[in-house]
Amino acid sequence: MSSTEKSQELLSELHVAYIKSLDTRRDDLEYWLTEHLRLSGVYWGLTALDLLNNVDALDREEVVKYVVSCQHENGGFGAHLRHDPHILYTLYAVQILVIEDAIDAVDIEKIVEYVSSLQDPTTGSFAGDEWGEIDTRFSYSALSCLSLLKRLDAVDVNKAIDFIMKCKNFDGGFGSTPGAESHAGQIFCCVGALAIVNSLHLVDADLLGWWLCERQLKNGGLNGRPEKLEDVCYSWWVLSALSILGRLHWINKDKLIEFVLAAQDPESGGIADRPGDVVDVFHTLFGIAGLSLLGYPGLKPVDPVYCLPKHVVQRIGLAERYHV
Amino acid sequence: MSSIENFIDQPIWDDVEPIPQDDGPDPLAPIAYSHDYSRAMDLFRAITRKKELSERALKLTETIIELNPAHYTVWNYRQQILTAIDYDLNEELNFVDSCAEQNPKNYQVWHHRQIVVDKLNDSSRELPFINGILDDDSKNYHAWSYRQWIIKRFNLWKGELTFVSSLLEKDVRNNSAWNQRYFYIFNNPEEVTEGIINSEIEYAIEKIRLTPHNISPWNYIKGVIEKSGKSIEILENICKELQNADIRSPHLLGSLVDIYENRARAGSNKDKQEAIKICTLLADEHDIIRKKYWEYRKHAIAAY
Repeated sequence: MSSTEKSQELLSELHVAYIKSLDTRRDDLEYWLTEHLRLSGVYWGLTALDLLNNVDALDREEVVKYVVSCQHENGGFGAHLRHDPHILYTLYAVQILVIEDAIDAVDIEKIVEYVSSLQDPTTGSFAGDEWGEIDTRFSYSALSCLSLLKRLDAVDVNKAIDFIMKCKNFDGGFGSTPGAESHAGQIFCCVGALAIVNSLHLVDADLLGWWLCERQLKNGGLNGRPEKLEDVCYSWWVLSALSILGRLHWINKDKLIEFVLAAQDPESGGIADRPGDVVDVFHTLFGIAGLSLLGYPGLKPVDPVYCLPKHVVQRIGLAERYHV
Repeated sequence: MSSIENFIDQPIWDDVEPIPQDDGPDPLAPIAYSHDYSRAMDLFRAITRKKELSERALKLTETIIELNPAHYTVWNYRQQILTAIDYDLNEELNFVDSCAEQNPKNYQVWHHRQIVVDKLNDSSRELPFINGILDDDSKNYHAWSYRQWIIKRFNLWKGELTFVSSLLEKDVRNNSAWNQRYFYIFNNPEEVTEGIINSEIEYAIEKIRLTPHNISPWNYIKGVIEKSGKSIEILENICKELQNADIRSPHLLGSLVDIYENRARAGSNKDKQEAIKICTLLADEHDIIRKKYWEYRKHAIAAY
């Protein structure tokens, strides 16, 4: 198939096959060089499979066993066996276990202890791990994780909100730290975190909504900052934030769907960052999740706050209380 | 790669029993990947198990990081070694320099550097280092965040406005530089006077005139207006000027909508009609892809 020929439909079966194939590539150096993405890879793959109505394509028992093996004494999870604990992987672990309805397989209290230990009592920010890197991505990870565990009471939520609001910029967006440039990925984290703690009233939804829909380029794709290239993953970061703000319809859906579908690999499945590039499981999930938000037929609905299938979020009783 | 190969196969490792990869339930899968990486990781597992914090362990982390710079666990261990053996942190910066050059978008490299420089308590190498990275990619998010930290931590505000202006001279569409400009104006220790605000507004207007389709100076000027409590109506002259020159940038027309909406809210029917007219133009002609946004604005204004 020529690279200019566009895939007009979602190649669901190919994507399922692609995700299933990921764990069988152990002869590739690439497989080993991405060890630090193994647990995240399982989350990306499993969530995509569930949205594609194929959650059973990965063996549940094996998945749960693997996740459990990544937990450390202190309650946190590493990216893989013997990788250090970090808040990002702790969230991925909890997300996977919630999808598999297996949260009881781990010590929840330990996770809560780990996550709350990472909050700075003065600023309310969260560190990624004991090394102290600060980023609103970690604020989201912490609040999302504790919310999924129904233990938001374990941290100072008001201070966490204060920190996130310090990262709000003059253009209505949010950055990684106070003063850092607005970036769609960070905006998802901040808006998602505020949604989780019922604080969306602090967001200027019209101003931010404008900034977000301004990310759509003529080719239909979305970029993450002004004057940057479009990328399929922003179909998630931008769209989820717009959806939480009740302004998803401000972008042109048909053009975006066309852009995401054109980034599929029509031979081996998977979705790339943009048409013609090599696919990976990260972009495969965010392409599919974006299509789900856009109401693409045949996909299960995705929850824009937790980036989990909606039925999972509903099963654990987290209501949609976040729309402004 | 030959130097790496030599190092990990040297006799200095003879006392270490390498621990092979245990990758879960399928141990029979043949491991055919690179000898270098596999051997280095086997040694790493062995030395971390016995918590060895030594020169050779430091060198080993260097080997692995060169092969796989995103392996954050190895970076963490390296930090522990640095402290334990009281390693020369200026030497360490030489290592980080070369890592960052090859992997300028790697989270670990930047945070590692931050910890080292914080301990070293010396910022003399930092701005030249960051400038080098920004020379290659003037929008590198990590470099800008780190730059803000360095400036605050070591009080390096002097010269920052000149630096930002020079970047905007080179590329007026560099949104990161506009963001840094705002960061500088409202965070440097100097009081933000009326004179500074006016000169920033003048500066942005001049850049808008240069590139009316460029969203960054529009966002910037609106940010400054909002922060300083001025009225959006100070943009009317530049908008009219560009409009008369037949420029139809969505940002220019959108700003006119803001201005007219402001007056419509205060009761002016003429401005209300004008705002609605421009929203229609934007939705149907000049910014069709965001049609729904402009229709939303139109309905909101019509309700006044």
